[in-house]
Amino acid sequence: MINFQYARATDLADALRQIAAEPGAKFIAGGTNLIDLMKEDVERPPRLIDISRLPLREVEQTRHGGLLIGALVPNSDLAYHPLIERHYPLLASAILAGASAQLRNMASTGGNLLQRTRCYYFYDTATPCNKRTPGSGCAARYGVNRIHAILGTSDACIATHPSDMCVALAALDAQVHVAGPSGGRTLTFADLHRLPGTTPERDTNLAADEIITAVELPERGFAANYSYLKIRDRLSYAFALVSVAAALELEHGTIKEARLALGGVAHKPWRNVSAEAAMRGEPANRATFARAADAILRDAKGFAHNAFKIELARRAILRALSQAAAGTPQSQSVKKIR
Amino acid sequence: MARTRRKRPNGQTIPAPEKITISLTVNGAPRELAVAPWVTLLDALRERLGLTGTKKGCDHGQCGACTVLVDGRRINSCMTFAVMQDGAKVTTVEGLARDGTLHPLQQAFIDHDAFQCGSCTSGQLCSAAGLIAEGRASTVEEIRELMSGNLCRCGAYPNIVAAIQQAMERQRS
Repeated sequence: MINFQYARATDLADALRQIAAEPGAKFIAGGTNLIDLMKEDVERPPRLIDISRLPLREVEQTRHGGLLIGALVPNSDLAYHPLIERHYPLLASAILAGASAQLRNMASTGGNLLQRTRCYYFYDTATPCNKRTPGSGCAARYGVNRIHAILGTSDACIATHPSDMCVALAALDAQVHVAGPSGGRTLTFADLHRLPGTTPERDTNLAADEIITAVELPERGFAANYSYLKIRDRLSYAFALVSVAAALELEHGTIKEARLALGGVAHKPWRNVSAEAAMRGEPANRATFARAADAILRDAKGFAHNAFKIELARRAILRALSQAAAGTPQSQSVKKIR
Repeated sequence: MARTRRKRPNGQTIPAPEKITISLTVNGAPRELAVAPWVTLLDALRERLGLTGTKKGCDHGQCGACTVLVDGRRINSCMTFAVMQDGAKVTTVEGLARDGTLHPLQQAFIDHDAFQCGSCTSGQLCSAAGLIAEGRASTVEEIRELMSGNLCRCGAYPNIVAAIQQAMERQRS
């Protein structure tokens, strides 16, 4: 690890002042991703600004019937929060599908959103990577790319976003509250993360001097009909090859509202509103779900080792939507897929 | 520590930071120490406080051998800097036994032969203590899932789960 300076932010204004004062400085909260990347020499911030003691740990109900989740609420506290368990079980389930109990105790809500890819070439400083070193090339494109993206890739980068929580937040239409030097702004979840394009070094649309302060959930939580299905190489404590967040609102067997988001397949949680629109007003059955799967995967493109993900995703989508429709969500402890 | 003196890509060097004095309560005892910012809690415990019961396995948050309890919650001590934990109450495997009596989990691990090489054991014990305090596991499947952050290369998992079950039941009765 390379030498760095450390300072604790006393309040939000102090955090913003400190980040603006030193180019390349980074905020640290849970540290579970950043410290790992610093040990690997992938991240080399000259200064860490510790925001972990800022008062951003509340989960509050909003005037609009939703929830405002402070950026420093630990992942485990969020997954087990009574209001999340009751009204947003899709989110609770997705959080519990990720990492380990220890890491969930440490990791923050805002930090989860800002996780960097687990592409092994991004981590390996001996190889080219446009995300780590812009312009150096992409070792994954013609390398070992079993875990890589099948949607929204570019010549420059085929990395995936690693988060499970974010897949649920995308499906739930969450919003991200951000503070910066010129005040606050709110991003839709779809606008937070970027596709790689020609600038894969930028994961999100946040500026370097901005900070996530909260995540807001709308009222609609799909608590009756949802499922988070994660397919990976081991039964626990592994990143998704493919994951599916499925949420339905049903009326007498007809789909009133549908949400479908995929993890492990793209540079960001993958949603396709036309695939969801095509389910509205249709019967909740396999034929409808198959059309939605075809729609969301229409432009999927495999590389040398990951083409299997296209069929895997199709089957996982059918299964997750069927689980959601039946009101029998995937358990995150009993791993049998029913 | 030659690596920490390496120059940055722009040729500038970062001035060596002052050591920062922090206070920890470790296994009930107040400890004060001055650490550089890059010292992980794990290294502070092992190298500075001599508490080598906590193991460095992968040093990347992937194996769980370094699990300790911070303010009662299990975390990976390799994935946090000691300066970030200033003021925290830390419990390591050395702090589980009380007055010469093994913690019920330690006794259960012996009863069930829940270790072979022992390298993961202190992390397993602290993690299991955290698991029981969280109160989210009752079935075998739930124990297995919520202990998945602790790898055992010897494969003693069935015995580890049995030991945790025993400790849970003793605590309940």
